[in-house]
Amino acid sequence: MGKTLAEKIWQEHVVRAKEGEPDLIYIDLHLIHEVTSPQAFDGLRLSNRKVRRPDLTIATEDHNVPTQNINLPIADPVSKLQVDTLRANCAEFGVRIHSLGDAEQGIVHVVGPQLGLTQPGLTIVCGDSHTSTHGAFGALAFGIGTSEVEHVLATQTLPLQRPKTMAINVNGKLKCGVTSKDIILAIIAKIGTGGGQGYVIEYRGEAIRELSMEARMTVCNMSIEAGARAGLIAPDETTFAYILGKPHAPEDFDAALSYWKTLFTDADAKFDVEVDLDADELEPFVTWGTNPGQGIFLNANVPNPADIADAEERGAAERALVYMGLTAGQPMKSVAIDTVFLGSCTNGRIEDLRAAAEILKGKKISTSLRMLVVPGSARVRLQAEAEGLDKVFIDSGAEWRNAGCSMCLGMNPDQLKPEERSASTSNRNFEGRQGKGGRTHLVSPLVAAATALRGTLSSPADL
Amino acid sequence: MEKFVTHVGTGVPLRRSNVDTDQIIPAVYLKRVTRSGFEDGLFAAWRSDPDFVLNKPEFKNGTVLVAGADFGTGSSREHAVWALQNYGFKVVISSRFADIFRGNSQKGGLLTILLSQSEVEDLWVAIEANPALAITVNLEAKTVSYGDQVIAFEIDDYVRWRLMEGLDDIGLTLGNSDSIDTFEAKRAAHKPKTLPIRA
Repeated sequence: MGKTLAEKIWQEHVVRAKEGEPDLIYIDLHLIHEVTSPQAFDGLRLSNRKVRRPDLTIATEDHNVPTQNINLPIADPVSKLQVDTLRANCAEFGVRIHSLGDAEQGIVHVVGPQLGLTQPGLTIVCGDSHTSTHGAFGALAFGIGTSEVEHVLATQTLPLQRPKTMAINVNGKLKCGVTSKDIILAIIAKIGTGGGQGYVIEYRGEAIRELSMEARMTVCNMSIEAGARAGLIAPDETTFAYILGKPHAPEDFDAALSYWKTLFTDADAKFDVEVDLDADELEPFVTWGTNPGQGIFLNANVPNPADIADAEERGAAERALVYMGLTAGQPMKSVAIDTVFLGSCTNGRIEDLRAAAEILKGKKISTSLRMLVVPGSARVRLQAEAEGLDKVFIDSGAEWRNAGCSMCLGMNPDQLKPEERSASTSNRNFEGRQGKGGRTHLVSPLVAAATALRGTLSSPADL
Repeated sequence: MEKFVTHVGTGVPLRRSNVDTDQIIPAVYLKRVTRSGFEDGLFAAWRSDPDFVLNKPEFKNGTVLVAGADFGTGSSREHAVWALQNYGFKVVISSRFADIFRGNSQKGGLLTILLSQSEVEDLWVAIEANPALAITVNLEAKTVSYGDQVIAFEIDDYVRWRLMEGLDDIGLTLGNSDSIDTFEAKRAAHKPKTLPIRA
């Protein structure tokens, strides 16, 4: 029987397999940031170990960094300590780092692909659950905890249980105004936040094949919101063209290409589970609750918890509506927004900024809200400025910021206040995620931009 | 890592599903560069509510957290495990755990036990009826017992062995470093390297 793509990559990375033990898997690329690495480096020091492969390791500063006044020292002393600790650790252990102010600084999942380090067939890890983003290139990429970060630093391997495989077939074509963000939000609403637990998801089907690389990254990014540690898409001409010309694209491109072309799921391979989704039926999607599975079409009304059969889910929905300050039956489009956040590893790439700018061009955002535009990396910011997108955002009344994770998780000063409501292109609408008491609606960049203009949750079709 | 064989403690009933790691410890508490002191951030938002279970005196000293389904979803922050451990929890019981959280807990010696939702609900009822109820977790026998109840649970044999021996994964892996050397010698030349830096 044939193999799935995930099984092929797994097989090629088994360093050691023994009955009754997890497989020891080789890691091709290890991405590091300031939040989940300090205790790992400390562990190395305590055991007198070194970083085995600094040449397969790269660090950047993203979670904590301010997005304003980046030329000044970081004001929050605890954030500053964490960033300083990363810099000192990288210097001590010989790890490449892109610090604040560097053109390659940015969200770790934006930086890997833009440098051309993210390539098909690799195993990629990072102490961040959105590492699944890199699966868009046909890599097996997943988030790890700090103990595992230390393990990879010391050994360049990880002991791992072999995951099960799930195919999600997105058939048909997307309608105009419907994006890859809507695909993934619809998938999570369908299979639930635990639906992918224990699986690697492979996204397949016509609608996936037609997506750009950046749109594919948005889909794979949120695999973890469906419970799957990794999600991937078989590489194709779109993938190869994206990597060509990037700084770390293979020097022997043909050798790499002939290998990459073997990276697909065999016709006779069998997935443990298959799920189908019809792209033709999708519309712009938005979350109403406090987990990413609590989503609905933007054209719909806030669901009534009484209609939910499962008692556990009903209770969760009731609590979510109280937290979110919403009433069952209220049209989603009647919900007034205080802050629009455009950015994050989900939707902070150049195409996302272009799509939003196209809608905002020559118009003013509503006076009832603020809009933060936070490029995913300093390189994305430079590119946007070269295209004049910064002017579009600033002229419309939005704030043009520097790169980082920013309001996606509010570890830096970019936070919501209690009961402040956001339309956010990020990935998590958990209670307090964007600031204590803050209320988050997850949306696509198109919906974010349309909402900024109208003041209430809106799609470009409403303009 | 401390060895885990048996534990006897009282329970804390957390009647919520989808307890994500942002609830276990919000991002603003992740800025320490040590492994200790994270108990301040544990369930920080909920602890400002006087009715929250951890604020009730009868549950203050509980060491066995019994939570709803899908515990530990979201971020990969191992700080969530440290916060639970720093606070004093030794065991978390749920009917479903997020993969990364479960992996992290097993690295750090926090035992996560999968029971069925009905077993979790029975445990909630029992703990609420008697907060001083002694709960015994026996990893060797793979059982959770309280009152006259004995519930068997499943856990991967390798994980169980590591926890019972308190073994460090890195030490185990480095015991096989020859196999890593052999693997590296065969890696394809076209695979990317971060160094030297190319622009």
